[in-house]
Amino acid sequence: MIVADKKPIEEIIDIVKDFRRLLILGCNECVTVCEAGGKKEVGILASALRMYFLSQGHEAKIDEITLERQCDHEYLEEIRDAIDQYDAVVSLACGVGVQFMAEKYHSTPVYPGVNTCFLGATEQRGIWAERCQACGQCILAYTGGICPVSRCAKRLLNGPCGGSTNGKCEISKEIDCAWQLIIDRLKSLGRLDDYEKIFAIKDWSTDRAGGPRKVVREDVQI
Amino acid sequence: MRLQYPASVKIIRVPCTGKVDIIHILHSFEKGADGVYVVGCMEGDCHYNTGNFRARKHVEQARKILDTIGIGGQRVEMFNLSSGEGPTFARYAVEMTARIVEMGPNPIKLAMQKKQPDRAARACERLQN
Repeated sequence: MIVADKKPIEEIIDIVKDFRRLLILGCNECVTVCEAGGKKEVGILASALRMYFLSQGHEAKIDEITLERQCDHEYLEEIRDAIDQYDAVVSLACGVGVQFMAEKYHSTPVYPGVNTCFLGATEQRGIWAERCQACGQCILAYTGGICPVSRCAKRLLNGPCGGSTNGKCEISKEIDCAWQLIIDRLKSLGRLDDYEKIFAIKDWSTDRAGGPRKVVREDVQI
Repeated sequence: MRLQYPASVKIIRVPCTGKVDIIHILHSFEKGADGVYVVGCMEGDCHYNTGNFRARKHVEQARKILDTIGIGGQRVEMFNLSSGEGPTFARYAVEMTARIVEMGPNPIKLAMQKKQPDRAARACERLQN
């Protein structure tokens, strides 16, 4: 999922303090799971903003809506009739949702309520960690299901660098060396032969290096 | 024991303090409460293992939000005691009430009274009942 983190309320207040009719728009998908932008967080932010405006002596209309997704036309259409009632929208969706919202509704400013961080997994409640960098050319089949692109600080493809110490990365003792994990995993799978294969230079054109990306699937287009 | 504690304290019973979320605390202030305190079991004695730890975190987060928006985080507090500690319960009620009296009324309540006197009165009535 896409992992996001809450923006400090003071930062959001600073952005929206001049508006008087605000919609706090949550998303029921990834940001709900990582507890940054779901219905619950929408309620907390809306409540805090309502109190902030009242304490400043302003009468503000702060409404709460949480859509199933903000990255699909059909769900964003649900607010079409209501959008003109607001001076601005604070979207608690990931960066994708915020942008899609902005593309769809030109006359209403949209502000992000979360910091979108990475594609990751819930290691345990309250701890999310990066697992994928969406490089567009998945090599997990050859690395024991552990991604050196997202988990190695140097994105190395042919074994660890000299900074790997006791299974940890040189950038932090908290971070596992991805290649140590890969070797251990291949060993336990009895597939260490895969480690002997040399990766050719990776084609990074499908990564961000090739500019903004798009997937076009004619087979599913209507 | 026939212990006395301030009549301004309204008790809301919950199955476990872990049920008390940030939003419940914030809504109390939106509705005009001057202070909120959560009284949970002793740490380590939670029937659900971690309910009171969770409550403490919620209280801390609500406190941070209230500080940010200028309401005063000190209006929220978490206490722990066992069910046999009636006198401590009463003492916490007295302590918390004294703290809130010193801080003065909830600025949101005052702002509501100024803007919408009827709505504020209804909210206060709901809190008292």
